[in-house]
Amino acid sequence: MTTKNEKIKNNPKETIEMSGSEAMVRSLVAEGVDTIFGYPGGAIMPIYDALYDFGHAVKHVLVRHEQGAVHAAQGYARVSGKVGVCFATSGPGATNLITGIADAMIDSTPLVCVTGQVTSGLLGTDAFQESDVIGISMPVTKWNYQITSPDEIPEAIAKAFYIASTGRPGPVLLDITKDAQFGKLQFAYEKCTKIRSYVPEFPTDKKHLKKAADLINAAKKPYLIYGQGILLSGAEKELLHFIEKTGIPAASTLLGISALDSDHPLNMGMLGMHGNYAPNIKTNECDVLIAIGMRFDDRVTGNINTYAKQAKVIHIEIDPAEIDKNIKTEVAILGDAKHTLRLLTTLVNEKKHTEWVNEFLQARQKEHDKVIVNDLTPSKPGLTMGEVVRLSTDLTDNKAVIVTDVGQNQMAAARYARFKQSRSWVTSGGLGTMGFGLPAAIGSKFGAPDKEVILFAGDGGIQMTVQELGTISQEKLPVKIVILNNDFLGMVRQWQELFFEKRYSFTEITSPDFVKLAAAYGIPGATVSDRKDLEAAMKTMIEAKGPYLLEVKIEQEDNIFPMIPAGATVSRCLLGSDEL
Amino acid sequence: MKQEYIISAYSENHIGLLNRITIIFTRRKVNIESLTVSESALAGISKFTIVVNEEKEKVVNIVKQIEKLIEVLKAFYHTNEEMIFQEIALYKVPTQALMESDQIEKMIRSHNARILEITKEYTVIEKTGHKEETQALFDGLNQFGVLQFIRSGRIAITRSPIERLSEFLRERDALFAKMEAKVK
Repeated sequence: MTTKNEKIKNNPKETIEMSGSEAMVRSLVAEGVDTIFGYPGGAIMPIYDALYDFGHAVKHVLVRHEQGAVHAAQGYARVSGKVGVCFATSGPGATNLITGIADAMIDSTPLVCVTGQVTSGLLGTDAFQESDVIGISMPVTKWNYQITSPDEIPEAIAKAFYIASTGRPGPVLLDITKDAQFGKLQFAYEKCTKIRSYVPEFPTDKKHLKKAADLINAAKKPYLIYGQGILLSGAEKELLHFIEKTGIPAASTLLGISALDSDHPLNMGMLGMHGNYAPNIKTNECDVLIAIGMRFDDRVTGNINTYAKQAKVIHIEIDPAEIDKNIKTEVAILGDAKHTLRLLTTLVNEKKHTEWVNEFLQARQKEHDKVIVNDLTPSKPGLTMGEVVRLSTDLTDNKAVIVTDVGQNQMAAARYARFKQSRSWVTSGGLGTMGFGLPAAIGSKFGAPDKEVILFAGDGGIQMTVQELGTISQEKLPVKIVILNNDFLGMVRQWQELFFEKRYSFTEITSPDFVKLAAAYGIPGATVSDRKDLEAAMKTMIEAKGPYLLEVKIEQEDNIFPMIPAGATVSRCLLGSDEL
Repeated sequence: MKQEYIISAYSENHIGLLNRITIIFTRRKVNIESLTVSESALAGISKFTIVVNEEKEKVVNIVKQIEKLIEVLKAFYHTNEEMIFQEIALYKVPTQALMESDQIEKMIRSHNARILEITKEYTVIEKTGHKEETQALFDGLNQFGVLQFIRSGRIAITRSPIERLSEFLRERDALFAKMEAKVK
């Protein structure tokens, strides 16, 4: 074993004979993979057998369902900036990955998913546990490939990592037949650095850059909106320098959260359907709108026909297919956000837009008085999601990694959690996958072991992947789980209340005793329903050395506001149901 | 306004590319009127020629999505006016009909069609041209009963004097060279 390792290390160009399975694991190690989330099964057994010898180099986390593996890999990738890796067997193992792959595709998360496949001779014969995972995953992967011969393994892995992590990142699936895992090859590993049909990043067009700078320098009411592109390109500092130099107020998309300190005076909060009031309404008042690393999702734009029509739009984006897809731009600059922002900052003038920023602050005050006060310091006895979330980040000095599920819990967390460190916000944006939270929190803890990882999930979403408590238990993983329980599928109930005449069709949901359930997995926990007990309970949770589950009974029929009704203009950002 | 567009895409000759390209249309509920795939002038590079009847905005978006595929080198879209295009059609008619009157012979002459094979039972006629032309011949021949008929997808080349792919590949080589130089 050691001799083989040394031989490979000393002579990387020299080939050495081994099985496809071993080559697979060695290739992953060569790509720097240290954590794999997976679940074994018939068609991937040879790879698991090879993995048995690599415990020193790779940590394998046994999940309880393949969906858990892929969401964990997503969480890992989002907090670490590395490629998340998951394993599943053929057939149902592979199809169980699909939701997470689709989630990673729409949220640009770099993943390499490896699925076992039946022996190549059996392909297309409806063999046991055969599914056409290449066909099924084609629309939701950045790239996929079926390996049927052991010789293809090193090159396919190298390409997979190159494609997943460069340009606009995304998920890649490699399907490997059992005979390719068993077969022998002469192994040598070389990283992929170029594919002739793939340009990850186009060089910056200097003319467009100049044009953008001129627009920004002449602007009276410039406004910057940013997305996950800032985090993906590591442009947090460049963003900070740019807004501080130009004095331009900035707001983020749901996925851009944590790229900029929540307390920065130019950070105006979050855009979108349940975003902050000022960022939404100011979109239709600015004269130049600078959009960076975001894709004008419909949850951000509302009705596109009334979106920022008065503004000249500058779009800085790495993916050419996003330019002019939803919103027509005045200037588009193709390229990586970090590099582009660095160049753009040299061309823009130092300025302060005090009056314009004050307009944002006035709008913020309006939201504060009508919404935030009631969410954070409620006068009613029932607990609000907002106060629970805010307490958790207050108690962790805004340094915790906050993971969410989907729904009201997610929007409350997005609105009220505070951040001072980048890559500390993990949520399912584009796909809105309920059940994402718990496994993503597991992956986040493996990706950022030194940080406190706190999950906020609703009573609905937690039950979609609650089996992953088993993974947490087996790994003794110190993930802190907060269940915001209102006995409803809260977001759907909110819509039923506001738009379906309170016809609560199948949104009342019963739950098990979550504390007992956690106890069955050996995880300690507590339930809180009274405000006076909340802080002590939250402290107990945070101070716990191992995993901990805190169930918080929330006011049953609270709504998330502000809200832009679906398809309405961003100017119609409602602060309460009385404005409907 | 919907109109006919010809989308040309050049890709690596890899398994699954056809599927990857067609699902882009399916997802947007755009019907493919005709599709031709074959090896291009450059070995290992396939050329797709796809005809759709769509609004320009949608076509532009589809072309960008096709180009986004890892194994696609380049995609273009053109109106019919911007390209020279042809389709090929084969017609099988009863030989008896050919023997009984000279009308079929006249049609073959006037349509610039040609006979590929004659047997006692049937005659196979070939015609290349635009869809309206191959259709006109079909309508004419069908008076005598067309036994079988098949029309190909469209093939098309641009009116510009050079192959756009070669030009593109040169540009891409230059781009990669520039990127590598920057890294060093």
